[in-house]
Amino acid sequence: MATRTWLPAAEIPPSPPLEKGGTRLSAAASVSTIAAYSASKKGGAMTTGILLQLLQTLAAILLAPLLLGWVNQCRAWLQGRGAPPLTQPYRVLRKLFHKDAVIAHNASPLFRFAPYMIFACMALAAGIVPTFANDLPFSPAADAIALVGVFALARVFLALAAMDIGTAFGSLGARREMLVSFLAEPALLMVFFTASLISHSTALPTIVETLAHKHFVIYPSMAFAAVAFWMVSTAENARIPVDNPSTHLELTMIHEAMILEYSARHLALIEWAVALKLFTYSALGIALFLPWGIAARGDLAALPLAALTLLVKMMAGGAALALLEAVSAKLRLFRAPEYLGTAFMLAVLGMLTHFLLEA
Amino acid sequence: MALTYHLQVVNLLAALLLLISFAMLSQRRIVNLVTLFAWQGAALSASTAIVAWSTGQHHLYWSAGLTLLLKVIVMPWFFYRLVRQLDVNRDVEAMLNIPTTMLIGIALVIFAFNLALPISQMSGTVTRSTLGIAMACVLLAFLMMITRRKAITQVIGFLAMENSLFFAATSATYGMPLVVEMGVALDVLVGVFVLGIFFFQIRETFDSLDLRHMEKLKER
Repeated sequence: MATRTWLPAAEIPPSPPLEKGGTRLSAAASVSTIAAYSASKKGGAMTTGILLQLLQTLAAILLAPLLLGWVNQCRAWLQGRGAPPLTQPYRVLRKLFHKDAVIAHNASPLFRFAPYMIFACMALAAGIVPTFANDLPFSPAADAIALVGVFALARVFLALAAMDIGTAFGSLGARREMLVSFLAEPALLMVFFTASLISHSTALPTIVETLAHKHFVIYPSMAFAAVAFWMVSTAENARIPVDNPSTHLELTMIHEAMILEYSARHLALIEWAVALKLFTYSALGIALFLPWGIAARGDLAALPLAALTLLVKMMAGGAALALLEAVSAKLRLFRAPEYLGTAFMLAVLGMLTHFLLEA
Repeated sequence: MALTYHLQVVNLLAALLLLISFAMLSQRRIVNLVTLFAWQGAALSASTAIVAWSTGQHHLYWSAGLTLLLKVIVMPWFFYRLVRQLDVNRDVEAMLNIPTTMLIGIALVIFAFNLALPISQMSGTVTRSTLGIAMACVLLAFLMMITRRKAITQVIGFLAMENSLFFAATSATYGMPLVVEMGVALDVLVGVFVLGIFFFQIRETFDSLDLRHMEKLKER
């Protein structure tokens, strides 16, 4: 391996403090949407909407590491290890924020910019997906298809940053990530199309409205879509059948290989974005397949119950993820296309079943 | 949607049958294949019982019970024992690789759905929309028999096909007369036991359950 010299972080202009950087971006974005929105709507409902939107985005950003901590805890219990405390991800983040960043000599500005971009994309996605209140002022900003694009944008920046330094591991990880994601993305889109065919709209609030608040109907096509979505989200979140989040073994790692060069606050931002991505995917899964309990538009009285059901569903989902990770082995890298091909096929079958049984 | 809840459950179980058919197609291990076969029987039995309850066709309870007894308990148990005795729980040799098989499977599903559309419009039952799924399951079981080399997986494919034919009969005409159904059940049971004996004979003669060895017409 070629030797590299490292620069202490003192020579790099200090970036703005983290939490503010993340929320400021999403808040700025939501303010601009809200400005357009308020032209048509007016009055107190608007203010409540904005407050709820801010609350939901902030809650997602702050609670995301907690979900990761819960999954890690369940995993440790199932493996018979002593579990780390629930707040372990927060401690890791605090530790990383207090460290000095070490950056390679030949790093371009893109390398420093990428963590902020990735975190901003995930915060944006967390603001769009309905977590406990439906149809918030920010959700018309992007429908399900644009949401896939937001995830893809974050991934492109991560892959570019990984290849930026020019180490073997970085480009290896980036290529593997692209291999996995170009197979996962169509499957994710197909899952969204199945849900959209049922509700006749690609907007997430309309999908949730149709599935949760209209007359209850069993949709067999959604069973296929749910299995496909689970498979895709394990691949996208670098979880076990495709990637192991806790390995640094060069033969198998995908996500970890890409972020090897990052340290301190940059690494903290990326870790936080990973937690946020898991949270957003869980919220997305809940919104599509278990939407009962999400408060309808303007229904403030339902909010406490909505928050409670969200907590229960997230805990159950995290435990299920840990259980499936404990009982399944990581696939060989070249089995991953087969796994994701199966996910795509299931999503397509869901669409076909929709036309046969539900049309 | 005007469907009642139990019919929606029947539709869900039909979708589950299709899902299990695809899972069987993609499965590499024989033991998992047997487990999936048992689950297919369970879904079939549950859907038959629900159809019986919602339409008042009492003879369907008998067929649901028979399915539960034979295809969920007796045959899987027999297959588990066979697999243990024959010691064949290694990777199933598929002739095509799994993704190609899956793609062919999707094409078969589209074909079956199109084929079943005019037939199901002629049928007067409430469960007619599931006929397409039943046809698709038959074709997928056929595909499984074609793409596998081991004798035991071919027999499981044959039984899966029998399952889906039974489901097709239930969804198109509320099942066959009870005498016919009992006859078929007995036939299948005896057939499985006879084939079980065959497996041992095949292995004794060829030292393997791979059916490629039987393609040569040469005296040993």
